[in-house]
Amino acid sequence: MIDPVVGGQFLAPGGGPVAELSRLPPDRSTPRRRTWYRQPALMAGLTITVIIIGMAVFAPLITHYNPIAQNLNDTLQGPSAAHWLGTDELGRDVWTRLLYGGRVDLRVGFIAVLFPFCLGTVLGSLAGYFGGWVELVIMRMVDVVVAFPFYVLIIALVFVLGPGERSIYIAITVVGWVSYARLVRAEILVAKRQEYVLAAQAGGLSNLRIMGRHLLPNVISQSIIYAMSDIVQDILAIVTLGYFGLGIPPPTAEWGSMINEGQSFLSTHWELTTIPGIAVVIVGLGLSLIGDGLADLHRPGQS
Amino acid sequence: MTGTDSTGTDGAGPRGTGRDEAGWATAAGTGPMLEVTDLHVQIASRRGLVRAVDGVSFEVVKGDALGIVGESGSGKSMTLRAILGVLPPEARITSGQVKLDGQDLVPLRQSDLNRIRGPRMSMIFQEPMSALNPVMRVGPQIAEGPLVHLGIGRAKAAERALDLMRRVGIPDPERRYRAYPHEFSGGMRQRVMIAIALACEPEIILCDEPTTALDVTIQDQILRLLARLCRETGVSLVFVTHDLPVVAQVCQQVAVMYGGQLVESGPVREVLHDPRHPYTLGLVRSAPDFDNVRESLIPIPGSPPSLISPPDGCRFHPRCKFAEEDCQVIEPPLKLLAGGRATACLHYERCIEALEAERSAQ
Repeated sequence: MIDPVVGGQFLAPGGGPVAELSRLPPDRSTPRRRTWYRQPALMAGLTITVIIIGMAVFAPLITHYNPIAQNLNDTLQGPSAAHWLGTDELGRDVWTRLLYGGRVDLRVGFIAVLFPFCLGTVLGSLAGYFGGWVELVIMRMVDVVVAFPFYVLIIALVFVLGPGERSIYIAITVVGWVSYARLVRAEILVAKRQEYVLAAQAGGLSNLRIMGRHLLPNVISQSIIYAMSDIVQDILAIVTLGYFGLGIPPPTAEWGSMINEGQSFLSTHWELTTIPGIAVVIVGLGLSLIGDGLADLHRPGQS
Repeated sequence: MTGTDSTGTDGAGPRGTGRDEAGWATAAGTGPMLEVTDLHVQIASRRGLVRAVDGVSFEVVKGDALGIVGESGSGKSMTLRAILGVLPPEARITSGQVKLDGQDLVPLRQSDLNRIRGPRMSMIFQEPMSALNPVMRVGPQIAEGPLVHLGIGRAKAAERALDLMRRVGIPDPERRYRAYPHEFSGGMRQRVMIAIALACEPEIILCDEPTTALDVTIQDQILRLLARLCRETGVSLVFVTHDLPVVAQVCQQVAVMYGGQLVESGPVREVLHDPRHPYTLGLVRSAPDFDNVRESLIPIPGSPPSLISPPDGCRFHPRCKFAEEDCQVIEPPLKLLAGGRATACLHYERCIEALEAERSAQ
């Protein structure tokens, strides 16, 4: 039934489509927007983050010490050639614990951001797309969570659930989804008024398909940008929990518990507390720069 | 089928719209493809209930093209959206029927409607840029309908999309398949929209001012394309526009809307040459005529009526130079005339007189 010849026939009178073709961009590689590698913030953030992740991933190659092996003969030594950042009160190499601690904190941080990201995006799209009582219920749930300060709720939840990785994921999900839900709902409210959504409805597509295939790809970038700064917040939360002894149980190396353990020796060995703190700051800086860079890149009218 | 066998004698009844003898030889069958009966659409607004569509009835014969003309806010687009069941959330159909091949669509649930929208009925929009998803490649957008509705595989659907792109005259479809809408010109985007509308081989396509956003040369190409595709596939068209020459080019039948109501209908040539309603007369006179440019543009005085509290009697009477006292009181029913025509004017003879006087003067 479909006849390709017809298209050819139509090309003939007036040479119309040919004239139209000349108005199309001649080359797909024509620059349209500022390319990502020219974003200084994004590049700086990526560099920092890649180095830190690399150090965490390749920790066993960078140091030959065991992060949890105690050596009570060499406790609380200052920096030396053998122990670059010295040893802690149980004789464990601080540099090694820092690297292995980064493994734990980064892994938990990156995984922890996924759950609220997914949950919040789904609930936010439902609220924005359907409106009515669906929106009412979801947004009241958001209000309930938002009413509590972030850290208070997370610490309370982990305290109730008991320390450990699983509790951290649950607590961060319960508290963190609200930001994504609000963000995605607001974006969907705008996007669903667009004509392409009407066109999709007119094409007989189901609501689920319109949401998943047409609306979400248009609004998800905002969530991804937010997720970058959210990882920072999650890592801070994990470190905070570790500091309170509610995080990853000892003896696993973790920046929060390292800060906590070093606290007793603050007057004599300040570096035990300060060094993991600096590590947290650098990770936060790197991820925030990525978030800023992505936001700049995404902002329209920057080409 | 001619208009004289119509059952209704007033605006509320269904009317037959005859086929134009001078129309194209189409692959048309008989019997109405789409039958809209006494359709009412109301929109809830802050200032009150807007009666956007107020008792509109018309039929589209299989393979025919019906043009709906009227100014902005006359309810043309709302009528289309009501037919397809994609009204904005604050609007709803309060009464009336929309029968597609005998089946009433108004009471259907969304999931049932979704089996009709696409494979049996589709729509082409005014602004092809905003009606295409900006972050989705063009090819998959065309292939999506067949993929969802026809139960064919991804590869088959993609092949079909390529065929459709060829068919609507998109050059180099293999390369353009993976392009994004912003890489297309306006005319090419509208071709993509037409390909999407055709993708599941519907029986009727609703066009909401498909050429308004395009420049004239492209407009002509798109209209020819649409007319040709209709001829080839026997698809019916409902063509909403405010552009009278466009209606004359594409449609066999025309319905004129004013203030949410139908004021005149009939074969396109007769209606545009010999209007039987003062509003149509005004529309025809306010459209440019290239033979007689200086004198031909006569605007209709006044502005469209408020649809929240429309004027009593005939909605056009405040702007009508033929209006008499009864026009302010009696809401004129749609009167059937000879030749499959109908008018909602109490004094339509005055139009004939005015036209005759004008022609003898020339």
